[in-house]
Amino acid sequence: MPITRRDFLKHCGAGTLGIALSQFYLPEVLKIFEAAAAGEPPVLWLQGQSCTGCSVSLLNTVHPSIADVLLKVISVKFHPTVMAAQGDLAISAIEKTYKENAGKYILIVEGSIPIKDGGIHCTVGETHDGKPITILDWAKKLAPKAAAIVAVGTCAAYGGIPGGAPNPTGAKSVKEVTGKTVLNLPGCPAHPDWIVGSLVHVLRFGLPALDEHGRPKMFYGKNIHENCQNYFHYNNDTYAENLSDEGCLINLGCKGPQTYADCPKRHWNNGVNWCIGAKAPCIGCTQPEFPDGTSPMYAAIQDELRPKKVKINSLENTLVG
Amino acid sequence: MAEMSVKTKEKKKIIIDPLTRIEGHLKIEVEVENGVVVDAHSTGTMFRGFEIILQGRDPRDAQHLTQRICGVCPASHAMAASKNLDNALGVTPPINGRIMRNLVLGANYLQSHILHFYHLAALDFVKGPDAAPFIPRYEGDYRLPEKVNAACVDHYLKALDIRKKCHEMLAIFGGKMPCHISFCPGGITESADSDKITNFMWRLKEIQAFINDVYIPDVIAVAETYPDYFSIGVGCKNLVSFGVFDLDQKDDKKLLHRGVYTDGKAASLDPDKITEYVKNSWFEDSTDGLNPKFGETKPAPRKKAGYSFLKSPRYDKKVHEAGPLSRMAVSYLTGESTVKKLVDGVLSHFKANITALFSVLGRHAARALECKFVADSMVDWLTQLKPEEPTCVPSSVPNRSTGIGLTEAPRGALGHWVSIENQKVARYQVITPTNWNASPRDSMGQMGPIEQALLGAPVKDPENPFSVIRVVRSFDPCLACSVHVMNTKKKLLAKYRVA
Repeated sequence: MPITRRDFLKHCGAGTLGIALSQFYLPEVLKIFEAAAAGEPPVLWLQGQSCTGCSVSLLNTVHPSIADVLLKVISVKFHPTVMAAQGDLAISAIEKTYKENAGKYILIVEGSIPIKDGGIHCTVGETHDGKPITILDWAKKLAPKAAAIVAVGTCAAYGGIPGGAPNPTGAKSVKEVTGKTVLNLPGCPAHPDWIVGSLVHVLRFGLPALDEHGRPKMFYGKNIHENCQNYFHYNNDTYAENLSDEGCLINLGCKGPQTYADCPKRHWNNGVNWCIGAKAPCIGCTQPEFPDGTSPMYAAIQDELRPKKVKINSLENTLVG
Repeated sequence: MAEMSVKTKEKKKIIIDPLTRIEGHLKIEVEVENGVVVDAHSTGTMFRGFEIILQGRDPRDAQHLTQRICGVCPASHAMAASKNLDNALGVTPPINGRIMRNLVLGANYLQSHILHFYHLAALDFVKGPDAAPFIPRYEGDYRLPEKVNAACVDHYLKALDIRKKCHEMLAIFGGKMPCHISFCPGGITESADSDKITNFMWRLKEIQAFINDVYIPDVIAVAETYPDYFSIGVGCKNLVSFGVFDLDQKDDKKLLHRGVYTDGKAASLDPDKITEYVKNSWFEDSTDGLNPKFGETKPAPRKKAGYSFLKSPRYDKKVHEAGPLSRMAVSYLTGESTVKKLVDGVLSHFKANITALFSVLGRHAARALECKFVADSMVDWLTQLKPEEPTCVPSSVPNRSTGIGLTEAPRGALGHWVSIENQKVARYQVITPTNWNASPRDSMGQMGPIEQALLGAPVKDPENPFSVIRVVRSFDPCLACSVHVMNTKKKLLAKYRVA
């Protein structure tokens, strides 16, 4: 009987890899591992007009570590930045997955998809007979047979900066190009927890509950401003006048009131800091309207988007009564 | 890949597309005759149009938008854009601001160099485990002794953890990473509190230990096992460094020096001598030969003569290589004493002279030594910070102005140029490191640095062209970093598949 991936994980002990990578050289360990990896849906991670920032962000995942993600959570058959293979070998890995795992693989796209001039502004390889393959070709071919489609980062989710005016290359989102249901994980880049948490949810339970912009509510359901460490300052009219001042940053361009994500609670890079924590205005990078609708980034938000003041007592007042 | 066309009986064409484990989209095409590369073409296959998108926007947004050119070295674009804006807005960051910017950039240098060696380049020398994503791979030239190989594979995992800590360290002053938030014209928004300094130092010490005890020994182990790569991938032998990590308030003194090395002579850098050529690039010919101060970006994707959407930047009309090798060599030649000690130490270990640096291994060694030099310097900078002193001075956007911001990304010389009219961006031009290194032939017909470095590379087995990928990756190309990138298709006379 083949050992399932879950059996193997139990065997290794939850949370830690348990073995050093070099033990792969012991044939029996490798055998267990291959059997384990075979149990999970294969993942194809494509890059369109991306900066690789979301892939680099994924490398920053803490719990689980990136090694655990790559070796235990998902089985990556193609990722242009981490895979050992190149050229024809790399293309073959995609074709093999497409043929052997139709309806089972998870398609992840990072970066927008340019459609102007037939998509020639972003080619991602070439066919065995030497024809360029555009990200547009690949997205259209691979999407219909994917078990789930995930757009990682604002470019893939909504077009992002390449789609900023005047959108020179006709950059579009994955949803616009494929017409399919897409799980959007925006952010410039996306937070590693948003990527890993959403993938685990998809693998275990299917699509999570999404908001009107296709974002999982569990990560993007809350407003930045309403959960901000400076919320009290705003409601008490304590504003930063210059960059690097203490106080609410709304007059310096903060787009927190129009932006939805759990940054104020989750923080970034192992909880070290976050944008407003560094006294810098939020630039609204998880929003469909980023960047055009969230800039100029240092100009105050339009009056009609300014939140109503809420009468709140400070913690001190509450305690005193 | 391994797709080849037979031109003559002896001549074979090898195309590698996609070349993976780089940042972005790159295609490499070489012609092999009698087992040696005789011709090479480097093609960037992606174009987004950042310089066009920036036009008409608030100039201060450039700091945020240009970071998204490259998610591997966004801190470098933030530095170039901020220096550019400091210059255009007429402000100078306070001492704390200057040092904190250096610490943020330095943290990403360490991250980038470690990531490049272990996760992007090492798998060309170190045989990974027989499991995805380590297979499939090229076969036939992994030479490390089994024990050393196994240690390097374990270090692959350790390095993942260390590079993550580099980003955590960066976020202390940067807010988050990739694409940190805190740089602004006139300095940095975050403050230099004692707890932040301590936090930063604690992480830095751990990273320093990894560089000294693991990274540098591993590079030396690879070099000892593959000594032929001290003479493969020589390249153009001209070097350009914009200099990086300001050590004073006047943009004068830098940790890694500014300068050029052309035709065997070191000289100071004159930014007016930089010009970009487009005859073989998919841009309109009317924009050929411009200094970026007057540069234009007019894509012409159907242009027949083009084979890349990288422009070809040249210094004094000559081909120059950028990167850690350029920075370390320029600093060495201009008398940086620590750099001299580090480089001489490695050269004497290998009983090699300075010309051995022009090679695949020379680039890896320069990168590793630079990593140590930067990490050690960051310890000093941390102790120079003064808590509660300002980190930023206020600024405003003038009606009309121009700016220039020169720095060095981990991969090499990076420049931003801006013209401001009516408080908006009228022109924004960027020259990235990979523009220098992966550029196609210029309008004078000179091959780009990577193209030149490929010439003469031995290809024993066209199905497993190890030397080609080792040469290309020694430059640490960062193709999305190349703002001007697009696809082209060369016609092949005949072809058959190898795979």
